[in-house]
Amino acid sequence: MSEALLSARGLVLAFGGVRAADGVDLEVGEGEILAIIGPNGAGKTTFINMVTGYLRPQAGSIRFAGREIAGLPPRRIVKLGIARSFQIPQLFTEHTVLANVALCLAARSGFWAPWTPLGGAGREARARAILEGLDLAHLAHTRADQLDEGARKLVDIAMALALEPRLLLMDEPTSGVAAAEKHAIMDRLLRALRARGVTAVFVEHDMEVVARHADRVAVWSQGRILAEGPPAKVLADPVVRREVIGVEGVAVPC
Amino acid sequence: MANRLLVAAAAALLLLLATAQPWLRFVLTIALSTGLAVLGIMMLLRAGQVSFGHALYVAAGAYTVAFLRPHSGEALLLVLAGAIVATGIGLLVGLFVTRYRDIFFGMLNLAFSMVAWSLLEKLYALTRGTDGIRVARPEVAGLALEGPAYEWALLLLALALALTSGGLVARYLRTPAGEALGAVKTRETRLEFAGISARRVLLQAYLASAALAGVGGAIAALATLHVTPLLAYWTHSGELVFVAILGGTGHVLGPFLGAVVFELVRVYAAASFPDAWQMILGLVLLGIILAATRGLVGLVDDLLARFGRRA
Amino acid sequence: MGLLLLLAVLDGLAYAGQLFMVAVGLTLVFGVLKILNVAHGSLFAIGAYVAATLIGWFGAEELSLLALAIAALAVGALLGPSIERGLLARIYDKEHVLQLLVTFALFMILEDLQKLLWGVQPRFEDAPVRLLGQVEVGGIFYTAYQLLLLPGVALVALLLLVWFLRRTLLGRSIVAVTHDREAAVAIGIDARFVYLSTFTIGAGLAALGGALAAPTTSLVPGIGVQMIVLSFAVVATAGLGQIEGAAVTALLIGLARSLAVYFAPELEVVVPYLLMVAVLLIRPAGLFGRRELRRV
Repeated sequence: MSEALLSARGLVLAFGGVRAADGVDLEVGEGEILAIIGPNGAGKTTFINMVTGYLRPQAGSIRFAGREIAGLPPRRIVKLGIARSFQIPQLFTEHTVLANVALCLAARSGFWAPWTPLGGAGREARARAILEGLDLAHLAHTRADQLDEGARKLVDIAMALALEPRLLLMDEPTSGVAAAEKHAIMDRLLRALRARGVTAVFVEHDMEVVARHADRVAVWSQGRILAEGPPAKVLADPVVRREVIGVEGVAVPC
Repeated sequence: MANRLLVAAAAALLLLLATAQPWLRFVLTIALSTGLAVLGIMMLLRAGQVSFGHALYVAAGAYTVAFLRPHSGEALLLVLAGAIVATGIGLLVGLFVTRYRDIFFGMLNLAFSMVAWSLLEKLYALTRGTDGIRVARPEVAGLALEGPAYEWALLLLALALALTSGGLVARYLRTPAGEALGAVKTRETRLEFAGISARRVLLQAYLASAALAGVGGAIAALATLHVTPLLAYWTHSGELVFVAILGGTGHVLGPFLGAVVFELVRVYAAASFPDAWQMILGLVLLGIILAATRGLVGLVDDLLARFGRRA
Repeated sequence: MGLLLLLAVLDGLAYAGQLFMVAVGLTLVFGVLKILNVAHGSLFAIGAYVAATLIGWFGAEELSLLALAIAALAVGALLGPSIERGLLARIYDKEHVLQLLVTFALFMILEDLQKLLWGVQPRFEDAPVRLLGQVEVGGIFYTAYQLLLLPGVALVALLLLVWFLRRTLLGRSIVAVTHDREAAVAIGIDARFVYLSTFTIGAGLAALGGALAAPTTSLVPGIGVQMIVLSFAVVATAGLGQIEGAAVTALLIGLARSLAVYFAPELEVVVPYLLMVAVLLIRPAGLFGRRELRRV
């Protein structure tokens, strides 16, 4: 069997007394959409931070496309094809939405070319295409600090997509988005990802979103993977329901 | 297009002034040299960084001219050498200071410039201390010029350099690396997560700023024909920052507009209040910042907008 | 050689004392306000000038020490609150670069204020030094003022400050605001008052440093600049916000500087910064500082 695209083994990371990761094994196959769920403060974001190089695991290995990446700096890891979005969107607030995306496109190639404008080298058109894919085209010329929360979230993801990753890690892509729009946004997002053949991991609190959009779910609790498998099975598991969703958890549509 | 017209009009106005009032030739040359240095400060301000020590690079350019003058009689070569030496020092210092932001960036630059100032004062054998070094008038482009002709040649040289540098910087600011300066200011971590070294973005601008200040210093040395350690003193760095804020950081014309106004006012004011000059600058600086204006460039912008609406 | 070394060490201790008092105020204020006051060195200089003026007015040598204390208190109590309330309070929510520019503008103003009030001629008032006389150390005579008073006051200032921050309500509020402003406000700490008192204490310490320095040096325009740059070097080397660290580093830089004065005078101005650069290259957050990760 061929190796998974991302493979984490025995990850350990503790802050003071809190063990955010305590021997985590997790694999993500090429083309898969994996959701990570779990209680607040369980270490889900820590996982994204370790994979993208922001935090260095104290023990364990992270292999991406057959290569050990644990401990590499973010700048190297993104070049290998891993991009991320953020729970709190990290936008260049003095630039327009278009420029935000174009800067990320430029980061892939041509960034240091001394005389080509930001929108040059086809970047403007490519940035627009990415924005259109996420229904953001109408905001292209809005300054990033003028956006509402939902739009900021999507622009943050558009920036990550512009880095042309093989693997995209998203930290709560639908938090801050009105409940009614969540599924529409996820549909659009996943369509864009599948169209590009991007593998994705997303951290999510909304079980309906997970049930409907993930291929597979991993439950992160107290620094460990409590359960993993198809959403229908995992979300029906009584232990998971008690630990993560709470006793009177949301009804799981199957 | 409107921008080009504006620049051409500004350059024409400058030459007109210099023709009408011969004593202005010197003042305007100095103003252009200040504007060149401030252009670099403006690039750093785009990244949200302020250097309280850029007089160091002005002094580097000026002293290079003074040191090399006995070996070379050509002004163009001397200016080039000033730029190269200032850039070299900028690389050494820049590799260090671009690891830092905000307070550290500003204060480390101040510290380096004050060390340079002390050395220029103390190493008498080399620099003649506070007396400074006199610079013999060089040829310009192979022509041995006297009096007004030399002043004109220098003014035109300064103007040509200002126009070229302004154009290059304006263009640079629109490239990804130039646009990323604003990203260093607002969200540096995201830049790193996009695979871009924020430090390198800042270092490039820092090198450009050192080179521009070096050119400015060289021009100033050729105009005054005398260099002193005061060129590196903190008050001079403060003036550069002041002019940057006065002119506004929104457009490359800002530094030059600010510098012309600044030098013209100084001709009168600094002589009348020699011990309160910094104080006046400080008060105006406070006013501009607390009123959150965009400097003279912002003012011109608003005027043009109003004019445009009426027309 | 031995004597020179002893002299260098004694000079270094006295200088470290002054340096500490200015640097600790700078670092304390930064810890709470998150603003590095570029004009902090000017408060040192104004403290020195006021002290010299008062010594002149009082006339009698016996009163000269009192003049120093009054100068420090007056400058701290008058300039501290007026700068904090009148200027800094307007810029707490502005961009870093604007905050830096505002305190730099203040610095420009205060530097010229000194020239306007006290002129540009050097001033020298050493009554306190004469009053305390000399003591013999290892075969050399050294002024008691620089040997005992300066380092003594610095030490007392350090101990008082540490006691104040650990044991008093206001001190603990200051520490709480330093660590987490929002949490501190949430438990009912009056941030406004903490800001005001911290800045006033910092200004007072700088003025005290200046007042104590006044009798040992001639006052000329530019002493404030030298002091802000040097105390920034101390604060940066120690790590921003580190109080005990500032004491250790002031000692280190004070000693290094005076050793240079005796043994390599042309390097005097360079040595403190070489030290700073060397430390920062190895430990970017300073000797005692910790690098903070930004939350993402």
